[in-house]
Amino acid sequence: MSNHNYVPSSKLGKWFNDRLPLLTLSAHLKEYPTPKNLNYWWTFGGILTFCLITQIITGVVLGMHYVAHADFAFDSVEHIMRDVNYGWLIRYVHANGASMFFLAVYIHIFRALYYGSYKSPREVIWIIGMIIYLLMMMTAFMGYVLPWGQMSFWGATVITNLFSAIPFFGEGITNWLWGGYAVDKPTLTRFFSLHYLLPFLILGLVILHIWALHVPGNNNPIGIELKKPSKDTVPFHPYIVIKDLFALLLFLIVFAFFVFYSPNILGHSDNYIEANPMVTPAHIVPEWYLLPFYAILRSVPDKLLGVVAMFASIFILVVLPWLDTSKIRSAIFRPIYKQLYWILVLDVIILGYMGAMPAEGTYLLIARAATAYYFIHFLIILPILGKKEKTLPVPPNITDPVLGGSSNPQMVKKKEKYI
Amino acid sequence: MSDEKKVQRRDFIFTASYALGAVGVGAAVWPLIDQMNPDRSVKALASTEVDISSLEPGKSITVLWRGKPVFIKRRTPEEIAEARDVSVENLPHPEKDEDRAKNPEWLVMLGICTHLGCVPLGDKGEYNGWFCPCHGSHYDTSGRIRKGPAPKNLEIPKYEFVNSNTIKIG
Repeated sequence: MSNHNYVPSSKLGKWFNDRLPLLTLSAHLKEYPTPKNLNYWWTFGGILTFCLITQIITGVVLGMHYVAHADFAFDSVEHIMRDVNYGWLIRYVHANGASMFFLAVYIHIFRALYYGSYKSPREVIWIIGMIIYLLMMMTAFMGYVLPWGQMSFWGATVITNLFSAIPFFGEGITNWLWGGYAVDKPTLTRFFSLHYLLPFLILGLVILHIWALHVPGNNNPIGIELKKPSKDTVPFHPYIVIKDLFALLLFLIVFAFFVFYSPNILGHSDNYIEANPMVTPAHIVPEWYLLPFYAILRSVPDKLLGVVAMFASIFILVVLPWLDTSKIRSAIFRPIYKQLYWILVLDVIILGYMGAMPAEGTYLLIARAATAYYFIHFLIILPILGKKEKTLPVPPNITDPVLGGSSNPQMVKKKEKYI
Repeated sequence: MSDEKKVQRRDFIFTASYALGAVGVGAAVWPLIDQMNPDRSVKALASTEVDISSLEPGKSITVLWRGKPVFIKRRTPEEIAEARDVSVENLPHPEKDEDRAKNPEWLVMLGICTHLGCVPLGDKGEYNGWFCPCHGSHYDTSGRIRKGPAPKNLEIPKYEFVNSNTIKIG
């Protein structure tokens, strides 16, 4: 941290800062030295903070009109849509905001995968991030249940039934989760309670995430350790603040497109039918952001092993800093990893697509191959590749290669060929 | 400090305090966990009586019991024959039809797929029984799993014939 010696200029500021050093904190945030080569993939941290705040504000407002009771929930959501002033806007922002939140978090995670941001000394940032991601999935799942439509009800049924795969305790655990013998009134009220709680836990973890980030400082596209502050860094304010705001503006265009022009395209029309425990919709699919995991679940023919594989696919990410043995962070200097990275991206997209298709025939075969590759990538390829791969020489700092002729990383590589 | 670690009075006090503290925390947390279990009002609705007098052979009705759908099917002689004419050993979850339907004409079972809890559709699937649209499990005319990811046959709840027109489930 750079500002331990900060002294406020005003007398009042000094008096306050001696008692609670908030001004020191704000000075640190302003002057926090940031690598000057951060690209737009680094703006998603700020975008995600915006998403979280938006979800909390719109959520608290929706909570003023929503009724968490199985008999009234569905009608109260329609009441919000038709009667409450701007209710339609607030609900569409909240519902599409969840999708935007996940879109941003996937970009954020895949950026970390490409540039090796999870590697030492940033493992704790990564693990906190993964916990945030898990809580996000739980929050989104429970939020999707609240409108008490058909997809809400049957999504809740399928997901909570995952726990029935646990040997011996499965039935007890599902009954405990439901507060009954099926998804019913008690399930809805507790999901509402937890859906309200979890975002605040996420907010707390986000603060820890940023705190942990500010200890070693940002990773950067070439993935080298920087001297901070130095000629390789710029202060967070105004340089990064302006860049983040500009990226947020572009992101908001996409956000607004969904909210105003196709607010229901990411949802499922069956959720406009009130929940009916007697009839299952013909084709149950989770929200798009859970589809890759859903595909992994369905691609294993055994119930318990399917559930294990699904949870393992997330847990594997938590231990990624120890699975990837390469000392070089950025994929720019790892020619083989760079290609495998894009294959992994493709693999996850394929899994997502298969999760939306019926689990039969060719779809099932492709889903199985993609599931197998997902695990092979993390458990076999990464540990071996890190030891075998011939990496390209890494520049000693950000500035010298640029002054040496080019700011283009491609040129940096070419230059190294002469050596 | 000597090299040898002796158990002292203080160690005993620490251990005893931690142990008592753990018991206290456990006792305080348990009500907070147990409150999520099915409550008395839910348990009180444990049985349902169903009038089956108007059900024709080959038809089935679905009733709600403890918030779960229950299929009551009046089977035709062909369906009974089909259910009984199966070599039980080769089934994923071997059960005789005789054990599943006390009265062969009446099949009473939970309409909940044993995979992930969807409601299977009647008169569908490759075995003329039930078919779960969620993940493609096929059940036969006895509600036994024949094909697909479900691990078990459709569950038979506790039920009895109160008289020839009424079934009591639960």
